[in-house]
Amino acid sequence: MYSRRLELSVGAFVLLGALCLAFLALEVSGLTQTGDTGSYRLSARFDNVAGLTTRAKVSAAGVTVGRVVGIRYDETTAGAIVDMEISQDFAQFSEDTSASILTAGLLGEKYIGLMTGGDPSNLKDGDVIYDTQSAIVLEELIGKFLLNMSSDK
Amino acid sequence: MMNWIAGIGRSTLSQLSDLGRATLILMQAIVGRSNVGVHWRLTVDQIHAVGVLSLSIIIVSGLFIGMVLGLQGYTILTDYGSEQALGQMVALSLTRELGPVVTALLFAGRAGSALTAEIGLMKATEQLASLEMIGVDPLRRVVAPRFWAGVISLPILSLIFVSVGCLGGALVGVSWLGVDSGSFWSNMQASVDFSDDVFNGIIKSVVFAVVVTWIAVYQGYDLVPTSEGIARATTKTVVYASLAVLGLDFFLTAVMFGEI
Repeated sequence: MYSRRLELSVGAFVLLGALCLAFLALEVSGLTQTGDTGSYRLSARFDNVAGLTTRAKVSAAGVTVGRVVGIRYDETTAGAIVDMEISQDFAQFSEDTSASILTAGLLGEKYIGLMTGGDPSNLKDGDVIYDTQSAIVLEELIGKFLLNMSSDK
Repeated sequence: MMNWIAGIGRSTLSQLSDLGRATLILMQAIVGRSNVGVHWRLTVDQIHAVGVLSLSIIIVSGLFIGMVLGLQGYTILTDYGSEQALGQMVALSLTRELGPVVTALLFAGRAGSALTAEIGLMKATEQLASLEMIGVDPLRRVVAPRFWAGVISLPILSLIFVSVGCLGGALVGVSWLGVDSGSFWSNMQASVDFSDDVFNGIIKSVVFAVVVTWIAVYQGYDLVPTSEGIARATTKTVVYASLAVLGLDFFLTAVMFGEI
């Protein structure tokens, strides 16, 4: 009888562990959101990517469509190439899509916003977006502002 | 001078032979043929002793650590007007660091010391020698079930700790301090990644489980069979296991999250 209760308690313990794993997967890490439908890769060339990090969001019209997977310096164009992995669910970006680096909130993290254009043909895996708008560097803005102030006087 | 150098040599040799004996004990305990049915039952008994009976301390400390994180995080984050990031802060610190580490430390104190004392007392009262006399290998009969029970229990306890901690953070943040429930959970889900954060946390706690239980059974099996020896070995278990967990945690974190 004692052994039966012991077995029950161990079984309940293991079940509780499995339940907690499910809780962590579904509620805490939101695993359901990543319905794994595969992804394709786009790149974008920016003059300046200050503050952007890998794993940053890529969004279109405010909806997250992918993630930044790599940032590297391009010596031929003296700019930065950002590699993005876009979910296969969102394969309808036209060839004249533009990309810009935006900020969530005043001091929030940087993310990439894609704005689709009117071209009938779509971007494919491996394509590069050249129509881009760089990150706003706060120091440069303040510098310009101060310069304008002093030249007004 | 010569004595001093000889002292260094002696202590190095004894450390090395300790490590060698510990490895031998572990290898003999877990490798090789065994009577699976009987040993499985013994392991279930031990899971009850080290896992189920540790549940209360794990749940209570998980709840309070989650609640303290919620409280502290809220007071800091309101300074920057970003208290909706509270869920993210609580969940990330729990899954990545606090869950595996604090569970392993509590486990070393609650279950590791008990394992050492139990095996040590068996040795002091010559139960281990009697087992050998009747042709039963004490490593397989006594040490192996306890080792496996620890390795199975600690990751489960760590999962429970993290879950309870997140709920505790939500309790304080959402129900008491008034962070919006939707932004609390959605921020948490957006920032916590299953394979990067939750799964790495599980890997950490499996590593800690092996190290803590190994230290505990070795100290018990290798102690000087007197009452003083048992006391000293129990202390050693808690101290060595805690230090090993904290030191290993730094290396594991550097390997897992250090690529930034």
